[in-house]
Amino acid sequence: MKLNLALAQISTKLGDVESNLEKHLTYIQQAKDQKADLIVFPELSLTGYVLQDLVASVAHRPTEDDPVFKHLLKASRELDLVVGFVDEDDRHRFFIASAYLSGGRALHVHHKVYLPTYGLFDEGRFFAWGDTIRSFETRFGRAGLLICEDFWHASPPYLLWLDGADIMLFSSASPGRGLTDKEKLESARWVERVSKAYASMFTSFVAHCNRVGFEDGLLFWGGATVNDPNGELLAQGPYFEEALTVVRLDLNQLRRTRARLPLLRDERTALVQNELNRILSRGRSNH
Amino acid sequence: MVDLTINTDVARQILTGFIRSEITRVGFSRAVIGLSGGIDSALSCVLAVEALGAENVLAVRMPYKSSSSDSLDDADLLIEQLQIPSKTIEITAMVDPLFGLDPEISKLRKGNIMARERMIVLYDQSEVFKGLVIGTSNKTEILLGYSTQFGDAASAMNPLGDLYKTQIRQLSRAMNVPGPIIDKPPSADLWQGQTDESELGFTYEQVDQVLYLMVDHRYSPQECVEAGFDEKFVDIVLKRIRRNQFKRMQPPIAKISNRTVGYDFLYLRDWGT
Repeated sequence: MKLNLALAQISTKLGDVESNLEKHLTYIQQAKDQKADLIVFPELSLTGYVLQDLVASVAHRPTEDDPVFKHLLKASRELDLVVGFVDEDDRHRFFIASAYLSGGRALHVHHKVYLPTYGLFDEGRFFAWGDTIRSFETRFGRAGLLICEDFWHASPPYLLWLDGADIMLFSSASPGRGLTDKEKLESARWVERVSKAYASMFTSFVAHCNRVGFEDGLLFWGGATVNDPNGELLAQGPYFEEALTVVRLDLNQLRRTRARLPLLRDERTALVQNELNRILSRGRSNH
Repeated sequence: MVDLTINTDVARQILTGFIRSEITRVGFSRAVIGLSGGIDSALSCVLAVEALGAENVLAVRMPYKSSSSDSLDDADLLIEQLQIPSKTIEITAMVDPLFGLDPEISKLRKGNIMARERMIVLYDQSEVFKGLVIGTSNKTEILLGYSTQFGDAASAMNPLGDLYKTQIRQLSRAMNVPGPIIDKPPSADLWQGQTDESELGFTYEQVDQVLYLMVDHRYSPQECVEAGFDEKFVDIVLKRIRRNQFKRMQPPIAKISNRTVGYDFLYLRDWGT
């Protein structure tokens, strides 16, 4: 089975959802023209990233009656979409969210579970913490969504793997930082290293779509990547500029890799559970 | 030896992108820069020209009667090289009457007045040229507070503010800033014979290394001493950073209401763009 995957590393207007929606629809059309089956947008692609006090005014629900999502759900009848937005629940908690839309329905919504609140980040001040990590069925097999800091921790990709995800779709709004004499920023090198590591260790497809553009002095670095179950880089978008990167995934690679390297078969989940229980019961964990 | 080397291709791409983005997203296409003849304003000009095109960058020279003629010549060298529009507006007639009010006026006060007068001229030219003022402060002087508040520190955006002076030199070489501008001793040229390094009491090369360890790598003062730096020197640098925090901040607002600008009314400047 083949999957034509499109990664749309776009820039956004801060707090201007209508304008960002227009850009989504433009990129969706381009992806359709290139015969893509699935297009992935970055974290908070409908709103911009450093939202601060804008959070409540840019929130939406991924439903038919929502003025923004009705357009995206309609578009999802022709190809699947992953979009980033601010989700507001019934009790008015605001989450950094990604929705997987397909066939006119939201198949899955992920709420970011790790909100960085240190250094230049202040997400925990403005957003509620998600509390589930679930894979879900798509027409291409089981997939999972994670958002930026979620995959700076090893446990969310690990849980997705055990929950059946063979295609991991990561989205980011990662500000560039750490310029040395090397060609790549430290933040880019870090994310590329772990994406490749997850693909290798979980013998899965790992796609990452990061936004570009400036918000005040922050520059988001783009550089979308796709790694295959052997941990080989299949495609990479440019740094610092908008681009649509389309790559054809041969999903049969999952079978070939796992026949050679049965890491999933041999993963000792009961052992993990026992040891976690022991560690947690002795109060050695943070939470 | 602490290595502050940067990849100049990446720095160039980021900084020209920043200038272009911050100017065009608010509907402008032009920039105004006070060109002193020194390395910081020269590099800002080169970056702005690459970001916006030569015809969209106005260089303004603002000498005082005692300004060194070398500074003016070096500024000319760059204007010639970049083929950018320029203006020379001498500030002598504007500041001398104020100096004349107090025969006891100190060099420091005169220097501050000149820096602030140049700010006034630059912001006026910003309106005439319909361009935003690009600042020229670097990370070293921001951290040490080696600037005049509301004077040379005033700008609409600051592309060089996260580069140490030694990194400014590296990027300037990579971007073909004329050699004489890179090689001469840095000076605010507020009075004759002034140089940054004699006034500060240490060289940029020395202080950049300590700042890089303390700020970028979060070394404690003790760890800087263990890394080979003189204890007194480390202490002087730390005190300067702390004492000048006020120059890096907006003036604090006394909180009275439930929602106050700066504390809980929080939006980026790029809001809506």
